[in-house]
Amino acid sequence: MTDPPRPPPRFEQPSLPAFAAYLALIAFFVVSLSGTGASISDFVSGLPQIARLVGEMLPPSTARLGPVSWALLETFQMAFNGTVIGVLLSVPIAVLATRHLSPHPAIYHAARTLIAFFRTVPDLVWALLFVVSVGLGPFAGTLAIIVDKIGFCGRFFAEAMEEAERGPQEALAAIGARRSAIVACAVLPAAMPSFVATSLFSLEKATRSSVILGLVGAGGIGIELKVAMDLFSYDEAATIILAIFALVLLVERASAWLRARMI
Amino acid sequence: MSGARLRATDALPAITAGTDLAVGGVTKRFGATQVLGGVTFTVPAGQAVALIGANGAGKSTLLRCCLRLIEPDAGSVRLLGRDVRGLDAAGLRALRTEIGFVFQKHNLVGRLSALSNVLHGALGRAAFGRAWFQSLAPRALREEAMDCLARIGLAAIADRRADRLSGGQSQRVAIARALMQRPRMIFADEPVASLDPAAGEEVMALFLDLIRRQRLTLLFTSHDLAHAIAFADRVIALRAGAIVLDAPAAGLTVAGLRALYD
Repeated sequence: MTDPPRPPPRFEQPSLPAFAAYLALIAFFVVSLSGTGASISDFVSGLPQIARLVGEMLPPSTARLGPVSWALLETFQMAFNGTVIGVLLSVPIAVLATRHLSPHPAIYHAARTLIAFFRTVPDLVWALLFVVSVGLGPFAGTLAIIVDKIGFCGRFFAEAMEEAERGPQEALAAIGARRSAIVACAVLPAAMPSFVATSLFSLEKATRSSVILGLVGAGGIGIELKVAMDLFSYDEAATIILAIFALVLLVERASAWLRARMI
Repeated sequence: MSGARLRATDALPAITAGTDLAVGGVTKRFGATQVLGGVTFTVPAGQAVALIGANGAGKSTLLRCCLRLIEPDAGSVRLLGRDVRGLDAAGLRALRTEIGFVFQKHNLVGRLSALSNVLHGALGRAAFGRAWFQSLAPRALREEAMDCLARIGLAAIADRRADRLSGGQSQRVAIARALMQRPRMIFADEPVASLDPAAGEEVMALFLDLIRRQRLTLLFTSHDLAHAIAFADRVIALRAGAIVLDAPAAGLTVAGLRALYD
């Protein structure tokens, strides 16, 4: 009886460059621990401060529930309007950024660059720029969300359209349909589930972002949180944090429900 | 296989007044692979021609080259009296509106209704946006699309999404879409290859009946040799991108054609 053939090794042996890359990553992680001032002792000594802060937050104050509710509504309005307008503007830009639909390679590269620029600059930076240009308030925040959504949705919409089934597009091209008709009749319907999922995820992301934008004066509930923390009114801050949690949770649940129904 | 004859493939085709398609010396290469090696033939108006050949023989590429869905490397194509390779984008679109194209996998837009898919047949002639979706279409176009669906026996499922149709129903809707174009000629690339034999027989019979009634010219590819003989007036066989048989279907047998695959 001959011996059974030996199975292959359990793990593939990495090549020398791959092994060097793993080592470099581990070294960078260790150096970064020092670079970020990570300290277990500082963390442990800070625990009582966290406990004291939590103690001062409880029970949450309901004294400013009215203004907080209005600020929360304004926060969601910024997120909703910014997302809707951002999504609508993303569609034509994404078409130009889709390789086989763009009318010219130069336009394709320009659209891709614009989307990448909008995406890579953080929304907080956009908010700072719009506060300077249109003044303090929720309009600056809404504009920041619009630009951020074009960067986010533009990329994912373009990728969804590049992956859309080519057969129906070829069929409509064979009929003599114009590029606009091919996009409207074959590409957009095929990419719609992805568009819906991306748009709803954008709304969730915008709701979280719009909370932060208030910290730089771009409207919403963020400014209320900053004032409460600056005045050491931690019980009021707790109310605001709980309100933000409720809003984000509500939007995520509604978004998940809509996704399940629409896709 | 009486009546079969070998053709020289590098000769220019004889174009007469009644010729709908004249292909002359068309070549196409994908990388190092020569897919079409100077194919030449003509199709007179009203004739049904079957293109047969093994996988990779160049049948689908040839059909696509005729409409420049794939750009030929060399050769000439005259379709409905127009020099296809000399047309600009607008001219090519105008020509394509007159040619129905039925694909093997029907290529319907799955998330739209059967009616909207049929309506797309009018995309080349309707005003901007009027044939995109059945909800936006003017009454006359909707009625014409319903008539096309009725002709293939599917008026009752006009509002059903295309991705919920069976394979046979999908292919019939694709045929209705081609009819909606009011075409002068139809290309069909293995129109029943994705269907079971019974559905394939039924769809092919319906397809040919509609073609004959409207006296349309037909060029279709098929792996089903019995279909090729039964439904075509003439059979052209390709092997490695060259025509090896061009003969009236009446004198051919399945066994004789099968020998061409060896």
